[in-house]
Amino acid sequence: MRALARAITLVERRDPGVRELEEALRTGAKSPGVAGFTGAPGTGKSTLVDAVIAFLRNQGSSVAVLATDPNSPFTGGAILGDRIRMQRHALDGKVFIRSMGARGHLGGLSLATREAIRLLGAFGFDQVILETVGVGQSELEVAAVADTTVVVLTPNLGDSVQMIKAGILEIADVFAVNKSDIDGHARVVAELRTMMNMAPKTPWRPPIVPTIATRGDEEDAGLAERLLRDGTPYRTAEEILDRTDN
Amino acid sequence: MAKVAAKPVRIVVAKVGLDGHDRGVKVVARALRDAGYEVIYTGLRQTPEMVVDAALQEDAQVIGLSIHSGAHMTLFPAVVDELKRRDATDIVVFGGGIIPDDDIAALKKRGVAEIFTPGTPLQEIVDWLRKRFPEQTRKP
Repeated sequence: MRALARAITLVERRDPGVRELEEALRTGAKSPGVAGFTGAPGTGKSTLVDAVIAFLRNQGSSVAVLATDPNSPFTGGAILGDRIRMQRHALDGKVFIRSMGARGHLGGLSLATREAIRLLGAFGFDQVILETVGVGQSELEVAAVADTTVVVLTPNLGDSVQMIKAGILEIADVFAVNKSDIDGHARVVAELRTMMNMAPKTPWRPPIVPTIATRGDEEDAGLAERLLRDGTPYRTAEEILDRTDN
Repeated sequence: MAKVAAKPVRIVVAKVGLDGHDRGVKVVARALRDAGYEVIYTGLRQTPEMVVDAALQEDAQVIGLSIHSGAHMTLFPAVVDELKRRDATDIVVFGGGIIPDDDIAALKKRGVAEIFTPGTPLQEIVDWLRKRFPEQTRKP
């Protein structure tokens, strides 16, 4: 495990030595399924990821999480606080959680995320879950990296004009409307539905999944199943690119 | 825009044992952030095994432990021992909390690098880390 952790550090530092390592690992490495969770700060991404880890573990998959938080533009320092929500998996040897500072990269992930995924695949992980920094409207990188992108919304983030804006709402394969136990959740769902009805028809219509991530255990299975359709990615990166061509 | 250090020192900060007082640890975490460190905060009620596991996964060079419950003589050495067991004694352990002077000496003998008690200026902790990891240079 330490070798993997060290290798990710080298990738994060953009250490030239990592090339050789990658070449050595690439042979025979399978590529893991990748799910990405994105959304505004505090929407519950980490807590949802925690539930999805539980679900995938129950299915017997090994799971790695790459959770991103921002670095200070003034000091370079960071508080990486995503794994707090995932502590119940702490001593599970088949769960690997790595916090990454975005280190000034603006797409919502770390510059090292793609390479870290390859490393995780080489070390035998079946599934990788990405968590972006708390994003705004235009950090869309996750959709190009993940097989399935889950956009996490909560009630009270704005009116219906927000819903027709371009950007983050276009990249969702699934919408999770989290904190569905607080007022306003029905309106978010209704506005999302209206937004999608106005959009041109696409082969994949993203499901809208109300979630209460903090409920934990009893919710895990149903929640993750609805989010990830039995852990199978909804579509491949190629299919996403196809969509942008049309 | 300040650049992140080329090799930022990563510090896992944790509350060990049954102790819910996390105000101090959050203040320290914030100060370390402002000093340019990448702080991985793992939250409350950690066991020594969990802390070491997190430090290994995060490839942290430092573990900072906070405790106010009085169990420091048990839990701090347990973290040091777990690092030994996992062959990771290169990871530096420091701690903070309400810890009597006599215990501080004993803890240092047991492999805890430094202890900071209430009232310590935050800069003192940062200065200690800077001395310990001079290669962490932030170039503003």
